[in-house]
Amino acid sequence: MDLIVFYLFATLAVIAALGVVALRNPVHAALCLAVVFISLAALYVLLSAPFVAAAQVMIYAGAILILFVFVIMLLSPGVDQGAGALKWQRPLAAVFGLALAVELILVLASAVLPAARGQYTPERLAQIGDVQAIGALLFTDFLLPFEITSLLLLVAMVGVIVLAKKRVRS
Amino acid sequence: MSLSVPDLNLRIVVPALIVSITALVVLLGELVTPAARKRWLGYTSLIGLLIAVGATFGLWDAHATAFGGMIAADNFGLFLTLVILLGALLSVLLSVDFLRAHQVEHGEYYMLVLSAVVGMIVMATATDLIVIFLGLELLSLPLYILAAFKREDGPSLEAGLKYFLLGAFSSAFFLYGIAFVFGATGATNLTKIAAAIAKNPSGDLLLVGAGLLLVGFAFKVALVPFHWWTPDVYAGAPTAVTAFMSVAVKAAAFGAFFRAFFVALPGLAMDWRALVALIAVLTMTLGNVAALLQSNIKRMLAYSSIAHAGYILVALVAMGAQGSSSALFYLLAYTLTNLGAFGAVIALSDGARERLEIGDYAGAAQKQPFAAAALTICLLSLAGFPPFAGFVGKFLIFSAAVETGWAWLAVIGVLNSLVSVYFYLRPVVQMYMTEAQPGWDGSATLTTRIAPLVALALAIAVVGVLALGLFPTPAIALATGGFVR
Repeated sequence: MDLIVFYLFATLAVIAALGVVALRNPVHAALCLAVVFISLAALYVLLSAPFVAAAQVMIYAGAILILFVFVIMLLSPGVDQGAGALKWQRPLAAVFGLALAVELILVLASAVLPAARGQYTPERLAQIGDVQAIGALLFTDFLLPFEITSLLLLVAMVGVIVLAKKRVRS
Repeated sequence: MSLSVPDLNLRIVVPALIVSITALVVLLGELVTPAARKRWLGYTSLIGLLIAVGATFGLWDAHATAFGGMIAADNFGLFLTLVILLGALLSVLLSVDFLRAHQVEHGEYYMLVLSAVVGMIVMATATDLIVIFLGLELLSLPLYILAAFKREDGPSLEAGLKYFLLGAFSSAFFLYGIAFVFGATGATNLTKIAAAIAKNPSGDLLLVGAGLLLVGFAFKVALVPFHWWTPDVYAGAPTAVTAFMSVAVKAAAFGAFFRAFFVALPGLAMDWRALVALIAVLTMTLGNVAALLQSNIKRMLAYSSIAHAGYILVALVAMGAQGSSSALFYLLAYTLTNLGAFGAVIALSDGARERLEIGDYAGAAQKQPFAAAALTICLLSLAGFPPFAGFVGKFLIFSAAVETGWAWLAVIGVLNSLVSVYFYLRPVVQMYMTEAQPGWDGSATLTTRIAPLVALALAIAVVGVLALGLFPTPAIALATGGFVR
């Protein structure tokens, strides 16, 4: 059952991702991106990480995608004609893209990804709860990153105001 | 479930904490400071940075970790903290009058500089890849904004946008690398990664991760082929910002770079050493050759900073205690010298009008002899002439390379230094041996007087360059600090 769901959403994600880069109309591309995000959220659920799945839907499919659509609407660019691109860039991009694809396939095929196992197995997570585990980690082992992030967000806010707000001449 | 908070050991992060508090004080102070008194925010920043310097010296030899091994105070990190704070102090000194002259005197400037300093200190002292990444972001984000700080100015905005887009891209590479390393070793803590590699040294996943980390670091310190952003960003950003980011970012990013590769990945040295040596050769050569072709002094100094990143990379290839200590000394010497050079560029300008083309420097020595002398000393030090700091730095790095069996790399470095003499001397020749250009000669506002704070910064830099060149022993002794493992 899991496997069927996995292949369903994995295929959907790949097709939609192709649509993001291949479709000419930016609004259609953005809609494809939403499908990618939601399919990924489904994959996270399969990996017994419901919190990450919920965050994925809320932050990516919600906030970030809305931002994209807003920008697209504000700029109303119409259909991309590819006029700005340099002529020689397309074949070069194809060559490099192909090389990267071959590399990735070789790496992924050569090993069955011998990843290290952590202490949070699906059984353990089911016992203590996904959100609880993340919350506890955030306020114990990852307290320092948590605090640094708060300063980072403040800087981002100040930066937006510095760059975008109208100056009051005094 | 019960929560057990690890040993916080807050003492270790006091320097970063002091700078963060100063940043918040400046941000709130901006609200109540009238427009004519904005320079007081600069003075507040200077005081905060000086207290942080004192706190850093207070931690010397502490050799301990905090927050459950996420961040450490070892002499390697503390030395870099001092270099970063010194760079920030001199940059703020250069900025106070610069901001007024360019009509961008806003208190947020200092807040952003101080936040970037916090990120740099975090990055230089972090012992965990997650914290290194957050430090990287915390230093980058303010710099993107500072690069675009003259927002009515096209090149400044272009610099900010370019730096932001490419920086975000490289952050993604770095994060992807962390994910691969975590997948292969099950750890983000540098010491634990080293232990996992010692147990199980093979693995494609690990190599991919290490390679992506290398790309992330290479972008931040501007190594070939990840250097394309550097000339445009350095030339477009306000000169005081360029001065700051050309030195402090290098100190922080090289700190994390060395720590990650010496502490976490020495088990893979067989795999990365030759690659890094190749990048060092490319970076030194391309930086110096491209600098030969520049007519804009900020672009020339940008390519020169790329070349210097290549020299420091030679120390990474050398590895061992000698590698890290020579790199530390070099970063200190480079910070003083490069800030002196940019400070002289600021001092030689006429209000908001800067001498950007090398031709503009014609005859500058007669009009502004002190600033011209300072620029000459700093350029000679960058070129590696004795008795200046740059010479000692290069000597230490190249001898470390020779002693660890990388003599050919040292030879290429020396040859590159010879090439660099030509372009470093071009402004000097212009200043002393050419008649002043009419545009600058008749300028009524151009005076021999330098703003006191700029003069102070220049004096500190020049005295530092001379002192490090003539009496390098105390600084070398400080730079021998090791890592917490």
